Amino acid sequence: MSSNPVPSSKPVKSIDLHIGAAEPGCRKRDPILIADGVSRTFGGLKAVDVDHVEIPRGAITALIGPNGAGKTTLFNLLTGFDKPDSGSWTFEGRSLSGMPAFKVARMGQVRTFQLTKALGLLTVMDNMLLGAKGQSGENLFRAMLPFFWRKQEEENKARAIDILTRFKLDTKKDDYAASLSGGQRKLLEMARALMSEPTLVMLDEPMAGVNPALTQSLLDHILNLKTQGMSVLFVEHDMHMVRHIADWVIVMAEGRVVAEGDPHEVMRNPAVIDAYLGQHHDEDLGADPSAEKEHVVAIKELLDDEF
Amino acid sequence: MIDWGAIFSNAAVELISPTTAAYALAALGLAVHFGYTGLLNFGQAGFMALGAYGYAISILSFGFPVWGAVLVGIGASVIFALVLGIPTLRLRADYLAIVTIAAAEIVRLLFTTNTFEPLTGSANGLSGYKGGFAALNPIPEGSYGFGPFEYNAYDWWLRIVAWTIVVLACLFTWQIMRSPWGRVIKGIREDEDAVRALGKNVYSYKMQSLVLGGVFGTIAGMIFVLPRAVVPSNYQTSLTFFIYAILLLGGAATILGPVIGSMIFWVLLSFFSGFIARAVEAGWLPFMTSVQAGQLRFILVGVAIMLIVIFRPQGIFGNKKELAFVK
Repeated sequence: MSSNPVPSSKPVKSIDLHIGAAEPGCRKRDPILIADGVSRTFGGLKAVDVDHVEIPRGAITALIGPNGAGKTTLFNLLTGFDKPDSGSWTFEGRSLSGMPAFKVARMGQVRTFQLTKALGLLTVMDNMLLGAKGQSGENLFRAMLPFFWRKQEEENKARAIDILTRFKLDTKKDDYAASLSGGQRKLLEMARALMSEPTLVMLDEPMAGVNPALTQSLLDHILNLKTQGMSVLFVEHDMHMVRHIADWVIVMAEGRVVAEGDPHEVMRNPAVIDAYLGQHHDEDLGADPSAEKEHVVAIKELLDDEF
Repeated sequence: MIDWGAIFSNAAVELISPTTAAYALAALGLAVHFGYTGLLNFGQAGFMALGAYGYAISILSFGFPVWGAVLVGIGASVIFALVLGIPTLRLRADYLAIVTIAAAEIVRLLFTTNTFEPLTGSANGLSGYKGGFAALNPIPEGSYGFGPFEYNAYDWWLRIVAWTIVVLACLFTWQIMRSPWGRVIKGIREDEDAVRALGKNVYSYKMQSLVLGGVFGTIAGMIFVLPRAVVPSNYQTSLTFFIYAILLLGGAATILGPVIGSMIFWVLLSFFSGFIARAVEAGWLPFMTSVQAGQLRFILVGVAIMLIVIFRPQGIFGNKKELAFVK
């Protein structure tokens, strides 16, 4: 991997991921994560109700859908941060149902958060080191005796420097994470997740609040994850980004998976257009023009990109 | 005329008094809880009470040796920490604050109630448990020291043991807080979900921290009762708040902060009380009785602490950039 990723205008797409027709819940050739009958209600609201969904391995999968579609809730369920009412799911063939979040992370399924969670009063380096797995010095009794963990600590530091250099944060390693800009915190959160050597990286809105100049660099980092053999699942609103880097798109609306497919195909799917445009179909369009406009813009982006 | 020499020498005595050491150790326990882990433990007085009563009851009622009594106290506080932590550590931080403040009061009231008088001595408390500790004293009888620091063999023995424990606890805390364990603990203070997402068992770490800081509080409770008697009214909520005051004075996420904070707190308290009592005697404060004067010192200490928190919110030793408690 290069320390200075060249912006790749035409990323290599992974194709031929699914078996049979590209429909909601379709089977994948090599799924890394399979969820069955996952549902979660908040009071009377059914936030997530997914019959069957498979996430392909070695590809970048985008999870899109209008606000309130249940994307983040599904994320929380799959990573153990929330408990479903029913359902089961497996990661690399092992069942994850009912498993607490920290065990999910140890198995190699690491997530980031929509609202960045940089550990502000820890240095950038400490943030990174926290990501490393299997540290013997994290046991209270061994922590007292540095010779148990000093060597491992040095190795982790070297690896952290390596990753930080790739993310261009190496000069900031001794600064508090709180002193970083919003975009740098996003980068740090992603770099920290990489310290745990995950197999599936789950990014919750990686582009939220990132300025356009940094967007390209973040995109390249996500593409790099795939090059390094990781699978990526991300939630995103930015259609350009989805089209640009995603190999597979899963569309959610009102808690269900309504469409799946190649990013170019899926956006022509009437169910997707319904999901974005149809949610106010029974209301006076003049009532909230700004909300309506947002969706029109989203659809327009989709169409523009086609040509 | 005011005897300034007596006021200053009485204040200086507090620098190395066992009570100062006990408060320093209890505050170090709170530093582990609040400063490093972000756990709002408002029941440190309860942990101290368990240490004091665990030690005294083991010796008086069951004839335990000193080390056995110490282990009983520590065991009691570990159980207390588990009982507090199991239901609350999964919840938001404020719940632990509510539960600990209530649990500490329950502990104090259980020790006060008449039902257990044969064991606890009820409101009169316990005394006469110092024999075992005094018997371990290797210092020959006599009086040693200079100036205001002149004590008999028992008092020196107590001070040496108390401050040795404080120093060892400081070294221990310093070592674990710069280890990967301490990094996880500080990460939990910043954002426990992020730490959880990185594969750390946050619940277990918080429990370890609660037990560790609680054990510090318990040992502090034992040191606290060696120069005096065990009296249940000493373990009111205000004790916890004094310890918090010491912690914030010194710096919440620091090792030396609790120690120096405790010294400053007790020296100031002693200075104010000596000064005011003598000022009233000398007729400088004609509007005050000596009883009122006794309370005024706490007001002055309160004002001093407010000034420090306003003008130096990170405490004396805290890193200005950290500002752990004004976030």
